[in-house]
Amino acid sequence: MSRSDVLVDADWVEARIGAPGTVIVEVDEDTSAYEKGHIPSAIRIDWKKDLQDPVRRDFVDKIGFEALLSDRGISNDDTVVLYGGNNNWFASYAYWYFKLYGHQNVVLLDGGRKKWELDSRELTRDVPSREKTSYTATEQDATLRALRDEVLASIGKRNLVDVRSPDEFSGRLLAPAHLPQEQSQRGGHIPTAKNVPWSKAANEDGTFKADDELTELYSDEAGVDFGKDTIAYCRIGERSAHTWFVLHEILGLPNVKNYDGSWTEYGSLVGVPIEIGDGK
Amino acid sequence: MSNDSCGAPAGGVTITKDKAVKEAIVEGHVLNAGAPVSTGYARLLGTGDEFVAEVPLGEDGGFRFFAAPGDWTLRVLAPGGVRLEQAVSADIGQITKVEFTV
Repeated sequence: MSRSDVLVDADWVEARIGAPGTVIVEVDEDTSAYEKGHIPSAIRIDWKKDLQDPVRRDFVDKIGFEALLSDRGISNDDTVVLYGGNNNWFASYAYWYFKLYGHQNVVLLDGGRKKWELDSRELTRDVPSREKTSYTATEQDATLRALRDEVLASIGKRNLVDVRSPDEFSGRLLAPAHLPQEQSQRGGHIPTAKNVPWSKAANEDGTFKADDELTELYSDEAGVDFGKDTIAYCRIGERSAHTWFVLHEILGLPNVKNYDGSWTEYGSLVGVPIEIGDGK
Repeated sequence: MSNDSCGAPAGGVTITKDKAVKEAIVEGHVLNAGAPVSTGYARLLGTGDEFVAEVPLGEDGGFRFFAAPGDWTLRVLAPGGVRLEQAVSADIGQITKVEFTV
């Protein structure tokens, strides 16, 4: 994987609005943003209602993912263009799902909804109707997802990249600053984790930074060893999906996993080691 | 809204009285000639321009952050190259209000 395989720009998307074989999908942190206006022909996936299991703490299983994509009119051979607000935060999370369930042709709109809006490009409130399909997903790709036991076994062995804000990393806050401070039982971070806030990978307009800037950020500044396997985590696995996208999809590092249980799971486990304080 | 997520609505999460007591809230509006600017983003930045959080502006041009106590910078981005900034201080139990005019 490299940047050109996984990112497209707004001109590219504009030229393909309504094109057969291309499905534009908005996935937003603010799930009502779509109703305020979206890229023409775009459909919506609600990261919470559509992608989370309604009972267990887990995301939709293979059958659920197949039903969702079939219902939205997405075929296995369609090129799916994902975009969303806040530096593509939740669009990256959805991208990770698509890869997890084996969808081959999926790209992110670089800059997402923010750049599209700041460029004053067209938004519409028209909701397209797409014919239902019969989508077939693969089994979950276990090479992309880390579970808690694997994370515990990785302390001191693999790169652990904590992508939350410095205040969450240190234990001063339990959630991002635009959300109420609730959640895990304890604050802090997994021992040996490097703190590279996810948003450092993005420019102010929401586009991803250049490859050499990204390499400098993770490797030179934070000390992430690109020769080792890596697990990224945040609070609930969404910001870290953005970092997973940077490391695995843009920079092409081979073994990068997203720990979607993240701090809300780890910070509530009994008996596990926790570090507090600022990054070293 | 439920907080088992990172999801925040445009304009920021609604607060209740008990929350306002426990949190250091920074909130405000972005206006253009008195009318709300609803397309745009508010960013909360820490020391050294460190990005902390961002919310899309609400229909009323509003934004809200739950910050830690201390000094922060607020930056507003909107179409047409609008980029405005103000320094603010937040403290627990206080709602710091910041207004921007485009």
